[in-house]
Amino acid sequence: MTPDSIPAPLLAACSGVRLAGPADSVAGAGPSYVASPASTPEASAVMRAAASLGLAVLPRGSGTRLDWGAAPRRCDLVIETTRMDSVLEHAAGDQVARVQAGTSIEQLAAVLRTAGQQLALDPPPGTGAGAREAAGAGEAAGAGTGTVGGVLATGVAGPRRLRYGAPRDLLIGITVIRADGTVAKAGGKVVKNVAGYDIGKLFAGSYGTLGLITEAVFRLHPLPAASVFVTLDCADAAAAHAVMSAAVASPLAPSAAEIDWPGRGTPIRAGVLFEGDPAGAPERAERMRELLGGAAVICDTPPPWWGLGAAAAGDGTVIRIGFWAAELPRVLAAIRAAAAAAGLDPAVGGSAAAGVIHAAVQEHAAPAEVAEFLTALRAAIGRSRASAVVLHAPPGVREVIDMWGPVPSLGLMRAVKDQFDPEHRMAPGRFAGGI
Amino acid sequence: MIEQAARAGTDTLIPRLTKICGSAAVITDPLELRTYECDGLTAHRCSPGLAVLPESADQVAAIVAECARASIPFVARGSGTGLSGGALPRADGVLIVMSKMRKILEIDPVSCRAVVEPGVTNLAVSKAVQPLGLFYAPDPSSQQVCSVGGNVAENSGGAHCLKHGFTVHHVTGLEIVTPHGELTWLGDGTGAAPGYDLVGAFTGSEGTLGIVTKVVVKLTRIPEAVTTLLAAFETTGAGGTAVSAIISSGILPAAIEMMDALAIEAAEAAVACRYPQGAGAVLIVELDGPEPDVRRETAAVRAICEQAGSYEIRAAHDAAERTAIWTGRKSAFAAVGRISPSYIVQDGVVPRTALPEVLDKIAALSAAAGIRVANVFHAGDGNLHPLVLFDDATPQACRAAEELSGAILDLCIEHGGSITGEHGVGVDKSRYMPKMFSADDLDTMQLLRCAFDPAGLCNPGKIYPTPRLCGEVPGIRRAPHPLVASGEVEQF
Repeated sequence: MTPDSIPAPLLAACSGVRLAGPADSVAGAGPSYVASPASTPEASAVMRAAASLGLAVLPRGSGTRLDWGAAPRRCDLVIETTRMDSVLEHAAGDQVARVQAGTSIEQLAAVLRTAGQQLALDPPPGTGAGAREAAGAGEAAGAGTGTVGGVLATGVAGPRRLRYGAPRDLLIGITVIRADGTVAKAGGKVVKNVAGYDIGKLFAGSYGTLGLITEAVFRLHPLPAASVFVTLDCADAAAAHAVMSAAVASPLAPSAAEIDWPGRGTPIRAGVLFEGDPAGAPERAERMRELLGGAAVICDTPPPWWGLGAAAAGDGTVIRIGFWAAELPRVLAAIRAAAAAAGLDPAVGGSAAAGVIHAAVQEHAAPAEVAEFLTALRAAIGRSRASAVVLHAPPGVREVIDMWGPVPSLGLMRAVKDQFDPEHRMAPGRFAGGI
Repeated sequence: MIEQAARAGTDTLIPRLTKICGSAAVITDPLELRTYECDGLTAHRCSPGLAVLPESADQVAAIVAECARASIPFVARGSGTGLSGGALPRADGVLIVMSKMRKILEIDPVSCRAVVEPGVTNLAVSKAVQPLGLFYAPDPSSQQVCSVGGNVAENSGGAHCLKHGFTVHHVTGLEIVTPHGELTWLGDGTGAAPGYDLVGAFTGSEGTLGIVTKVVVKLTRIPEAVTTLLAAFETTGAGGTAVSAIISSGILPAAIEMMDALAIEAAEAAVACRYPQGAGAVLIVELDGPEPDVRRETAAVRAICEQAGSYEIRAAHDAAERTAIWTGRKSAFAAVGRISPSYIVQDGVVPRTALPEVLDKIAALSAAAGIRVANVFHAGDGNLHPLVLFDDATPQACRAAEELSGAILDLCIEHGGSITGEHGVGVDKSRYMPKMFSADDLDTMQLLRCAFDPAGLCNPGKIYPTPRLCGEVPGIRRAPHPLVASGEVEQF
């Protein structure tokens, strides 16, 4: 049932509020209203109005990863952050930037580039409608990697996770709006700061279930003057593991070490990234090439398979597998065995040296087969030091799987949720354990 | 009388705790309990109702469960080197001392992970993995004795966190005992566990969300080359200019430290560090990484320092030369104790670019108050450690020093900084929290506390100001920490 008018409290709270259309639905849940506040105070007013009306709220950036996570149980109001799209402060000398949540990663990068700096994240392109729109509009390469708020909320990181970590590692301050409309800050504008609980860590990767992120402060890094890749085709998992281990065990400080395995029976491609000054990066790449032996190749541009992440199967099922890096051969074997038993042949790739890879199953795979694969994979890798989370999946697959799987200390997570959002109105059902 | 009444509550726990840990592990003797009356912040003292030294996670869980059942507060303590009173006991509570849990349980050099018990010292981790070409990167100055569990509680930093990050960047899993007495894992050691980042939220919570019983730490590759430069400048302003220029050049040193004239004078008197004569400031810049990169960066940093007016630069290329350079810096705190009867150490942070201005203002405040301030700090990340010197024989001098110290923190907040960069809030700086955060900010942070510890029994009274703690005086250091005095540990 779609309402035909916008409630007065919402209209009063926000200059940009409209009735939702079919395009606004999230994993099958159709909201009634879409609000686009232009500032933190306006967003706070919208959240207060939503609280007074008892509306379930779903934050949205550019929609790049809106199809990630489980379907929300309820979704009445989408709060769009895209009007909050300013880089509020770029303190180049301090290597810090304060940014509104709706700012796109590309826009931020363009501002930082003028000072030779970067937010050292390389999130893969998204898979949702927002990403497709950006790609369809023929924007520059790298378009559609999402907004600052969205990248934070999904905790997505690319190949350089090995050196720089995930968004939580670069976040030094945050402004959020709680479910009841309260505006709260944590952290600050200095890199070194231990005053008070680090609420930013809690919101990074929370999928909008704790509140709305409106501003973030990041630690920045200098843009490397040179980036050099060393690539090598490996005959099997053991050989690929040897490359990853050699990269990490070397003193050469690689920024990333990735694998790409398109399917059963194909070679595993391995790549190692070196960044640095124009002399140092090529030198280190050359030393790595020598370590790996004759077949390794050096190039200045990323190989075509580099950093695709969950975009490897945009409309299919993408499973993110986290593990201790030493377990790579066993994890790869488990993926292939579980897939073969289910009659599937997923593409596998990602940040193997950092212990995060993806398995991508094509859209046409039968839901029952995907479910069988997932169940067998989770059983094989165990739950104490590994996880297999489904980032996105076609509707038919969603119905027959548990997207998040087992989660450590779920009881504490539920307690956190109950404190921040006692009425369970923030993206309910989207997160681990039905949170 | 009050203490006796407080103790009566904890006394009821003695039989049960004895059953859990054995009588030798339960300390009730008032004299022995005094051993634990303070941590590295000696101005705050309070003997615990009783202390217990568990040897296993199960014992910790059982102890906490007993406390929870009896509604008796409890405080965890590692090595007791904290500088903000985070491990200050409660007279009406149980102090849980983690120092017997000091096993390194597992080392996985391929995954670059180790699993350790919380009582293991920070340096013991690095020593254990050194033959594998690895080290544990966070290096608080007390690393010879401070415990990994305490590092997790405080999110400890150190001189080298400029490049390598803080404890929170090097912890990927925690086994904890919740304030209800349940044993559970946060994270799975991968750094990519599904669900909320409770490892990140717990790290730096100053012992208020539970007690750590196992820690999965990330190990870092030992750099191929390390060079340490010592550059002397006529003024701290010139040194500050060099710091900004180094960072702007795109070089990320492992550490950039600065000392001003008074700190140098004190260090010279104490350890004869032989820093260049007449220096108004010295910078210590350490570069690490692949050998050719370090060589080039060293040349670049030298040139930058010279351009900023450095009149003498020394370079250390081996461990012995490096130690010689670091000796003055590492002895600075203790050395200042020799030129002044008492001092207050602050831990404020300012944006790096504000350093010259803030140092000038500190100098002005110092001159106006007629109180000497020695500056020793992590210049690369703007983390100041002003040492406010005074004679605690007169209450007036004490009050004036506290006022000056508070004014320095106000200065840090005014410049968009923080009241603490690595020492923690503890009992020492909780009254400054409302200056840095709004009531809503503080209320929101405490939602996390309510989720973990609704009864408020786990290290109560720390970090957040409560009516009871309002008006607390900042930390006055009347004497060096016993471990510093005995030479067991150096302090930054």
